[in-house]
Amino acid sequence: MARKSPEVNAGSMADIAFLLLIFFLVTTTIETDSGINRKLPPMEDVIDPPVIKQRNIFTVVVNKNNMILVEEKLMDLSDVRKAAVKFLDNGGGLGEEACDYCKGERDRSSSDNPDKAIISLKNDRETDYKVYISVQNELVAAYNELRDREFLSLYPNERMSFVEADKKYSDPRTSLKAKAALKPKLSVLKKMYPQKLSEAEPSKNI
Amino acid sequence: MSKFRKKKNDEQAAINTASLPDIVFMLLFFFMVATVMRDNTLMVDNKLPAADQIQKLDKKDRVIYIYAGKPSDRYESKYGDQARIQLNDKFSVVSDVGAYVLAERATKREELQNVLTTALKVDGETNMGLISDIKQELRKVNALKINYTTRVGDYTQNR
Repeated sequence: MARKSPEVNAGSMADIAFLLLIFFLVTTTIETDSGINRKLPPMEDVIDPPVIKQRNIFTVVVNKNNMILVEEKLMDLSDVRKAAVKFLDNGGGLGEEACDYCKGERDRSSSDNPDKAIISLKNDRETDYKVYISVQNELVAAYNELRDREFLSLYPNERMSFVEADKKYSDPRTSLKAKAALKPKLSVLKKMYPQKLSEAEPSKNI
Repeated sequence: MSKFRKKKNDEQAAINTASLPDIVFMLLFFFMVATVMRDNTLMVDNKLPAADQIQKLDKKDRVIYIYAGKPSDRYESKYGDQARIQLNDKFSVVSDVGAYVLAERATKREELQNVLTTALKVDGETNMGLISDIKQELRKVNALKINYTTRVGDYTQNR
């Protein structure tokens, strides 16, 4: 009769496994980063820069003292969004350049239509990054505000705003069918209010 | 016949815990697989500015990270208190950014190489000059999709 080998005591196995489990529980970070997406202009120089009328440019300058100058006038950060919305939604153009969905003041000295309107953001080399991001945030907010408004009036059946629809579209859990249904609607809105935000290279001193 | 008769056991049988390690191991493997360890130790202060008009960043394998900010207390005596760029685990200068992005791009799968985003994780107190220099370098290597990584919050928190 073969001798029975001694049994290994497995009682502490659970303890060891628990220890490892707790270690991994603690080190796990389920975090997703978020931020403001931007696209940089390509490096090649434009040989023949198009002529843009002064009334179609909305200049925002952040100087080295973190003061914000909108169209050469000092402005508080909390007013930037409203001013940008007013500029983008002005729709002062006539004839072919008219904008039938704009609800602005149709001021002839402001932008013709949202497609022509360009926001130019300039900063100094000594501007604080957080102020720059705040201004970017407000300018993006202005675009989103207008897109939300038009999305709600064009597609009331969706029961959500443009931002929510865009989030749903980029969510990987959304079904392909829902994505295909959303895509044309989103691109209509992006065409109505295209995000034309130019970031100029910083000047040494403003 | 007495061989097959069950031994009478008066005391109550203990609960069988033999499968407990199996259950725990199963949980353990789940967390081991799901864990993404922080692969960069931060050597710079990194208090991100707050913003609320934000979009989620792509999946992790499509992102190249660039950190910038003042060196943390530990490194301040050695590297000074001017804002610096951190690439992977070391301090770098602006001219390294292009090579770093190209090297990172080469490590990604081929089908992802055109959809990469560069995430700029920059401390709120940094001067824009440094960020503009980084942006110029990124334009040179044609890494045009960028993301200013922020915290979620109102802009009033940035003051």
